[in-house]
Amino acid sequence: MNSNANPVWSLVWTFGLMSLFAVGGANSAIPEMHRVAVDVQHWMTDKQFADVFAISQLSPGPNVLIVTLIGYSVAGVAGALAATLAMCGPTAILAYYVSRLLARSSQSRWPAVIQAALVPLSIGLMAASGLILARSSDQSWIAALVTVAAAILAFATRLNPFWMLLGGGILGFAGVV
Amino acid sequence: MLPDSPPAAVPAPDIPASNPPREPGLAELFVAFAKMSLAGFGGVLYWARRGIVDQHRWMTAEEFNETYALCHFLPGPNVVNLSVVFGSRFRGIAGGVAAFAGLVGPPLTIATILAALYMRFGEIDALRRILAGVACAAVGLLLATVLKMMMPLIRKRDAVGLIILAAVFVAIGMARLPLQTVLLVGIPVSLAVTLTMRRRANP
Repeated sequence: MNSNANPVWSLVWTFGLMSLFAVGGANSAIPEMHRVAVDVQHWMTDKQFADVFAISQLSPGPNVLIVTLIGYSVAGVAGALAATLAMCGPTAILAYYVSRLLARSSQSRWPAVIQAALVPLSIGLMAASGLILARSSDQSWIAALVTVAAAILAFATRLNPFWMLLGGGILGFAGVV
Repeated sequence: MLPDSPPAAVPAPDIPASNPPREPGLAELFVAFAKMSLAGFGGVLYWARRGIVDQHRWMTAEEFNETYALCHFLPGPNVVNLSVVFGSRFRGIAGGVAAFAGLVGPPLTIATILAALYMRFGEIDALRRILAGVACAAVGLLLATVLKMMMPLIRKRDAVGLIILAAVFVAIGMARLPLQTVLLVGIPVSLAVTLTMRRRANP
């Protein structure tokens, strides 16, 4: 792609395409976002990517909003809007037509088969997201310990995830992490 | 409306059936999805179920599960797909747009403001430390979600599923191959294996 072109188009192209490949949701696409934003396009550093992920988890709304933050850092408000619409648009249109189609030809068994086939892929993608983010976030023993503790709490209890994020923030502010 | 239900005058479970849910209007769709979205943090699904099934009774739990399964099997952000499918079921394309705008609009505004603040103040030391701590915890939450999703595969001793999972993890997380390449190989393989296993299970 022409790197002199308006970066907004490069955002639209990147996330529009990614939208159709994000099997299992926005968190599955994080490795691809990281690869494009940090390694290929050099839109941000590894550290900034980890920050942006943290901010997206801190703000309300669907997980997909991490692309809003990436878009903003590339091209301001226009970039934020373009990246978000590009990431949501193609798949939303696809969802609209597929749901119409399935409503007409009732009870197809294909969705169930395809879904069963996609489950291991999407879990593998999310596990890769975890690894990539852990590599940039967990730079110390204590940082890794915070991650493990948050994972155990979220896995074993029904505690609101907000408290884990708050705890992490407080430990970070205190300079422990 | 009666503040207290009279004891055993009318069996409670019959009330929703004899009183079918009203179809939501465009403004109602926008507001309902905006509320779910702003409440839902770390994932909107829980709040979407609560709003659509429990509060408004726009769908039964089964209808919601079916709709969500469809949206999960399609690529892209699941809850975004859900908003479009749900809204358009009641009000056509305009309904889909209204629900989508409600879901994405308000948090998009918040995220943009946070992004601007980060660009302006991101280098301040205290903020850097706080974000680093939040990031560690956020990664932990993601790992917990991965574990929770893996549990059914482990319980079923689905060795093939776990091997495919591990292969994708290595290809994307460690070899850092592009997503499209991995999926163009992974989806046909996984689909073929799933179909073969199902045929063998019930021929």
